[in-house]
Amino acid sequence: MQFIQQLINGLTIGAFYSLVALGYTMVYGVLKLINFSHGDLFMWGAYLGLTGLNVLLALLPQAGAWAILPVVIIVMTTVALVGVLVERVAYRPLRTAGRLAPVISALGVAFILESLARNIYGASWKTYPTGITPTGRIALGGDARVSVMQIVVLAISFLIMGALYLFVQRTRTGTAMRAVSLDHDISRLMGIDVDRIIAIVFVIGPGLGGVAGMIVALYYGSFDFTLGWTFGLKAFIAAIMGGIGNIPGAMLGGMILGIIETLGAGYISPQWKDVIAYVILIIILIFRPTGLLGERMAEKL
Amino acid sequence: MALLKIENLHTYYGHVHALKGLNLMVDEGEIVTLIGANGAGKTTTLRTISGLIRPREGRIEFNGQDIHGLPAHRIVEDGISHAPEGRGIFSTLTVMENLNMGAYTLGGDKEAIEENRRRVFDLFPRLEERKSQLGGTLSGGEQQMLTIGRALMAHPRLLMLDEPSLGLAPMLVKAIFHVIREINARGVTVLLVEQNARAALKLAHRGYVLETGRVVLSGTAGELLRDERVRKAYLGER
Ligand SMILES: Nc1ncnc2c1ncn2[C@@H]1O[C@H](COP(=O)(O)OP(=O)(O)O)[C@@H](O)[C@H]1O
Ligand SMILES: [Mg+2]
Repeated sequence: MQFIQQLINGLTIGAFYSLVALGYTMVYGVLKLINFSHGDLFMWGAYLGLTGLNVLLALLPQAGAWAILPVVIIVMTTVALVGVLVERVAYRPLRTAGRLAPVISALGVAFILESLARNIYGASWKTYPTGITPTGRIALGGDARVSVMQIVVLAISFLIMGALYLFVQRTRTGTAMRAVSLDHDISRLMGIDVDRIIAIVFVIGPGLGGVAGMIVALYYGSFDFTLGWTFGLKAFIAAIMGGIGNIPGAMLGGMILGIIETLGAGYISPQWKDVIAYVILIIILIFRPTGLLGERMAEKL
Repeated sequence: MALLKIENLHTYYGHVHALKGLNLMVDEGEIVTLIGANGAGKTTTLRTISGLIRPREGRIEFNGQDIHGLPAHRIVEDGISHAPEGRGIFSTLTVMENLNMGAYTLGGDKEAIEENRRRVFDLFPRLEERKSQLGGTLSGGEQQMLTIGRALMAHPRLLMLDEPSLGLAPMLVKAIFHVIREINARGVTVLLVEQNARAALKLAHRGYVLETGRVVLSGTAGELLRDERVRKAYLGER
């Protein structure tokens, strides 16, 4: 039963990685740019969520868990707006400047966002208000238990990913997004406003990242300014593992990374979990350099 | 009245001066062909008209309006569709999705999209058979059909085709040229770029000969087919 327990824990962490990995992979898809600022946008979701909850609970202490809903919406909107702004100011002017300049620009934005967070909120660990998330546990038979919070978090993550998948596969704008990922010029010849599609990607990716930041902070309860870098890097690796540019790949990559890490920590040793995870990543990349579901990269880069 | 009128067009790639004062015009209902050797500037001409490249100088008038400098997606809305060189199929999109992208400018107008799709499937029944296959799995000829069909999905007034015969077996070339004539007969004006000058001139009403970014010769297709220089340089006769 310990295995089931580890699997559920791994799946939960994996869902977080997946949500963040989607932002990396969607931006890579349309711009072939590794958006290193994405991890810090995600972290800003956690900080803005903290401020939002503190303010709202100070004004309306009886709101309790209901405070989460409006704050999530505000956080998602704000981080999405920042994402669009970053694209406009730091990436679009460099669209024709080769591949290196935009990556450096992305790293610059990452450092700016991280420094801003540290200067505004300080370097200490921040703790989310307690008593607003569900606390119960449900026995699964044997010793395995799943917390109500895990169920909620997993349900929300899968709901978001399912909706995104349907959007990308079934709608006109989603199809245009896949078209832009394949070829900007041909997309323009179809009458697609490529800049608009890219802007939409920078609404969805960072928007999801912001929500994920808040969910992660609610789940763990505390975090500091290194969250963007550490967690962001893991999610980026998940995106690569699944095949960067490939949306189902990011979902799969996140889940696999989360599960491997947790099983490694549980069965071998927590100190070795990163070693195990990365050894497996390297093995995957040796056999599939384009990641588990990535085929496009080989075909066109 | 001229549907498309280009005056003194200059286009550069960095320091490469690719179009050096190009003039040409296309009347409503015509098939006009642009012939010339590799590197003459045929593709650049189409890409400049489409708005993929901005010309440094010159005027592009479509339907009486100056369209030069408009973004490419606006030019499609205005009624110019461009089936590019090398076909440009979205390889991981299905045939149907490729066609739907061709109708992107129609927005959510399901009826119009369905009607255009009907027309395209009439011209290319093969595409209907293959509609749920991925674009990348089609044969060369099928991909060419898809490129043309996709361009027609926007219901253009002017269809620009860049080397539709490239890499196709003679039988298929014949079939494609037959369809181009059919498309024109249904009221679409065609600007056809070809290296296969003989086939193009047999199909077209008029033609322009391009050399290093300039028009060096123009006339009716019959005149060009009989022209000494054209016969020597482009029809492989001595
Ligand atoms: N992307 C590019 N960058 C630099 N030069 C180019 C580019 N594309 C085309 N050229 C140059 O512009 C000229 C015209 O090319 P093109 O329009 O492709 O000719 P054609 O279609 O007639 O073969 C050629 O000299 C070619 O080398
Ligand atoms: Mg060409």
